[in-house]
Amino acid sequence: MSTKGIVKGIVSNLVTVQADGPVAENEICYILSGGTRLMAEVIKVNGDKASVQVFESTRGLKVGDQVEFEGKMLEISLGPGLLSSVYDGLQNNLATMESVFLKRGEYTDPLDREKLWDFTPLVKPGDKVSAADWLAQVKEGWLPHKIMVPFSFKGIFTVKSIKEAGQYKVDEVIAVLGNDAGEDVPVTMVQKWPVKLAVKAYREKPRPNRIMETGVRVIDSFNPIAEGGTGFIPGPFGCGKTVLQHAIAKQGDADVIVMAACGERANEVVEIFTEFPELIDPHTGRRLMERTTIICNTSNMPVAAREASVYTAMTICEYYRAMGLKCLLLADSTSRWAQALREMSNRMEELPGADAFPVDLSAIISNFYSRAGMVVLNNGQTGAVTFIGTVSPAGGNLKEPVTESTKKAARCFYALEQNRADQKRYPAVGPLESYSKYLDYPEIIEYLDKTVEPGWTGKVHTAKNLVRRGKEASEQINILGDDGVPMSYHINFWKSELIDFVILQQDAFDTIDALCPMERQRYMLDLVLEICKKDFEFEDFEKCREFFKNLINQLRQMNYSAWQSEQFYSYNDSVKKLIA
Amino acid sequence: MATKAYQRIYTKLEGITKATVSLRAQGVSNDELAVVDGRLAQVVRIKGDQVTLQIFSGTEGIPTNAEITFLGEPPTLKVSEQLSGRFFDAYGHPIDGGPEIDGEERQIGGPSVNPYKRRQPSQLIPTGIAGIDLNNTLVSGQKIPFFADPDQPYNQVMADVALRADVDKIILGGMGLSNDDYLFFRHSFEAAGALDKIICFINTTENPPVERLLVPDMALTAAEYFAVDKNEKVLVLLTDMTLYADALSIVSNRMDQIPSKDSMPGSLYSDLAKIYEKAVQLPTDGSITIIAVTTLNDGDITHAIPDNTGYITEGQLFLRADSDTGKVIIDPFRSLSRLKQLVQNKKTREDHSQVMNASVRLYADAQNAKTKLENGFDLSDYDHRCLAYAKDYARELLAIDVNISITEMLDTAWKLFAKYFSPAETGIKQALIDKYWKS
Repeated sequence: MSTKGIVKGIVSNLVTVQADGPVAENEICYILSGGTRLMAEVIKVNGDKASVQVFESTRGLKVGDQVEFEGKMLEISLGPGLLSSVYDGLQNNLATMESVFLKRGEYTDPLDREKLWDFTPLVKPGDKVSAADWLAQVKEGWLPHKIMVPFSFKGIFTVKSIKEAGQYKVDEVIAVLGNDAGEDVPVTMVQKWPVKLAVKAYREKPRPNRIMETGVRVIDSFNPIAEGGTGFIPGPFGCGKTVLQHAIAKQGDADVIVMAACGERANEVVEIFTEFPELIDPHTGRRLMERTTIICNTSNMPVAAREASVYTAMTICEYYRAMGLKCLLLADSTSRWAQALREMSNRMEELPGADAFPVDLSAIISNFYSRAGMVVLNNGQTGAVTFIGTVSPAGGNLKEPVTESTKKAARCFYALEQNRADQKRYPAVGPLESYSKYLDYPEIIEYLDKTVEPGWTGKVHTAKNLVRRGKEASEQINILGDDGVPMSYHINFWKSELIDFVILQQDAFDTIDALCPMERQRYMLDLVLEICKKDFEFEDFEKCREFFKNLINQLRQMNYSAWQSEQFYSYNDSVKKLIA
Repeated sequence: MATKAYQRIYTKLEGITKATVSLRAQGVSNDELAVVDGRLAQVVRIKGDQVTLQIFSGTEGIPTNAEITFLGEPPTLKVSEQLSGRFFDAYGHPIDGGPEIDGEERQIGGPSVNPYKRRQPSQLIPTGIAGIDLNNTLVSGQKIPFFADPDQPYNQVMADVALRADVDKIILGGMGLSNDDYLFFRHSFEAAGALDKIICFINTTENPPVERLLVPDMALTAAEYFAVDKNEKVLVLLTDMTLYADALSIVSNRMDQIPSKDSMPGSLYSDLAKIYEKAVQLPTDGSITIIAVTTLNDGDITHAIPDNTGYITEGQLFLRADSDTGKVIIDPFRSLSRLKQLVQNKKTREDHSQVMNASVRLYADAQNAKTKLENGFDLSDYDHRCLAYAKDYARELLAIDVNISITEMLDTAWKLFAKYFSPAETGIKQALIDKYWKS
């Protein structure tokens, strides 16, 4: 008999329920109100009273309304058909909802139950398997989608039977597994997993040892993110957070991209719906939408589901990682998720931490970031989940709880600066404040030595140092005036401007400049550093400015020209002539 | 619709604060309305049989033995074509002396549009103001506030924008509007002969502050009726959202909630987003565009209200007094329309985005020259030309009293470029220079 309950109190979307049986933390229940079933999650239990957060509007709810507990946590369905889908935070398929408005209590199936999938078995009867082992493969677009032993299965199983190659629907039993107790367990193409728990069905989680290319110079060259790494982008509004994130989503070198729009503008999600089906994935030549899943919980959708949305997105990534794929999760914005936590904590009248956020905010954030990573699967292959979250600091001030907590958890920090945005220096990632801890990893240094060029990391540090020196020079020039400083200050300043304009700045809306492959990044940084190594002499600072402005212009034209095209080399030649 | 077979009446209040009352009552539903001592109230908290009600018009003079009647439903608005040309209070009752509205009764603050059913905004809304059309082009389905200090003429600019915009309906939600400003809106709409497409929901400073909380939902319920049911282009004006947020903080404070930044409720972001996200471009051509006003305290945009607003809206229009020309201008640096690239060069002339960028860049150079001047450094010839250009640019294009077509704005910009600069100094693409340069 499952537990039942009765509503005892309501404050906004926090409802107190008196339960007549056992209740688990994070258990899902449904509140029956006026003919609809409203989904809710237990967030606190006190005696026989459970506090539940309702994922919908609680308008019209009454004391005395019936509640049914489900006996399980918030789960999502994992199976072929997740890619190209658009879900809300609870994995309802938004595309199959009929009305223009989101109806309360309307839940839609995340997977197409009628579609036939091309199925090929990968095991044979008698094989021994355990959780997350591959049983079969279906074709999901171009991607070989593995049907796995459900993550929740414990112990060793023997394959009793497996379907022959053919076309099947997701709910058909495709294999029967026998366990130690001699029971037969049927397996379909769909498995369920509670989103708040990390999937741990893999052999080990080593340190990341390679770079995930994004085609964005200020990231790949200056502050690279590792495959299976974590990073975050804080910035005030209007600094280009969304543009940068979309650029990473479009160009990131990953097999699967999950974008979680968490409490952000609906029109931004519409932009993805509209553009992604048209855009081409630069790595596979296929439509971007084919490798993308969108989890969309925009700012006007119920607050509690906002929290669920990031977990749903992470679970989908972990599922594809177990197939040996490279996944990239982008969450915009984790601040909205933290605010959802704050709203609930506030309604439960918990003692607040800094800025009224719950005291365990930092722990919740690090726990979430720790679910990313590269893993070695049971069969020795590797898969990765790279996670990049954005943070929207209140008032643009980075000394606030969400930014500070995230800084402890994420390994790459891409600080968007108002100052750079005002000067239209996009992407507005601050070159000195931002960092990538991966540049200190010996495995990554070795990887860059091998794949980019020997001594690459040293060059990156040299370039950063030049920017720092340029900044110091520019401060002196501002205080003392153009005439008040020695020529070397002007030269240092302009060398840093050269790096800024040619390497750091990038036009996300230019068809060529938007995507800069690593080989091209290497060429440009080498060229710029070669220029910076030279000693220059000028009559006066006007001449110095003129010389560098001209040089910058030629180098920027190179950025706008197709890689290794005639045009590219002609600008290259004029640069060489200028510095000869 | 719930029937009103019987109404539950209570006569004992257990607690009274400035904005809320509490009592013991049975069978009460969340968000439902009640009448307390003749004043409208809404259920905000239920704890067993302990019910807390928010009294919209304040609790002054309410006795503990007041009569409390529960109405069984949340606030509603009757919608029909009859709304056009009418003025209402925050509860949706006429204040223009006209008859009550007949129509379908709809709950206000209803569900949001499925994001998947939206369409990408793509229709230009011309306003005649170059600071908007040229630099921060508006698009139907957009939500954008004016950020302005209280002494700036934001309501006048908004009225101008509304009357020039090519829309089917203009819905004004006035929160804490001074009576003078209310009459100003009324007269400008009348004078423009636009009354038949205007609908107003007005809460003035004479009305209690908590009543304001109903105004945006009322205005947007009416907007959704015309946009969704009638496929019309609707423009919603909300002024002043800072006063709306202040009312939110009053209620949350009376309910003993822990305040977050700037003593605003922790849910401020969600509360504001629920309103602004009603802006939508529907696939059927109907649309809701929201232009709001957020007044600032001495230009401080880091305060919780403008800060949260900035993260929600698609840009902001920043009003500033320009000392060079003595006019109020739309600040080209701090203003932004996030949707402008959806219409620029597509619905406007091909040179639009390049002219916009060049003119703002040169204006920025003028600001640098100004700083140099203030710091006592010598100015170059280029600096002098920039300063002269900035004056003309502010007067002829940035000022809010400009009213010309976008083509005229572009031509004006080209004229100024030619007057003060060489083609190379503008940094505009050669092909466009060849075509448009005014020699």
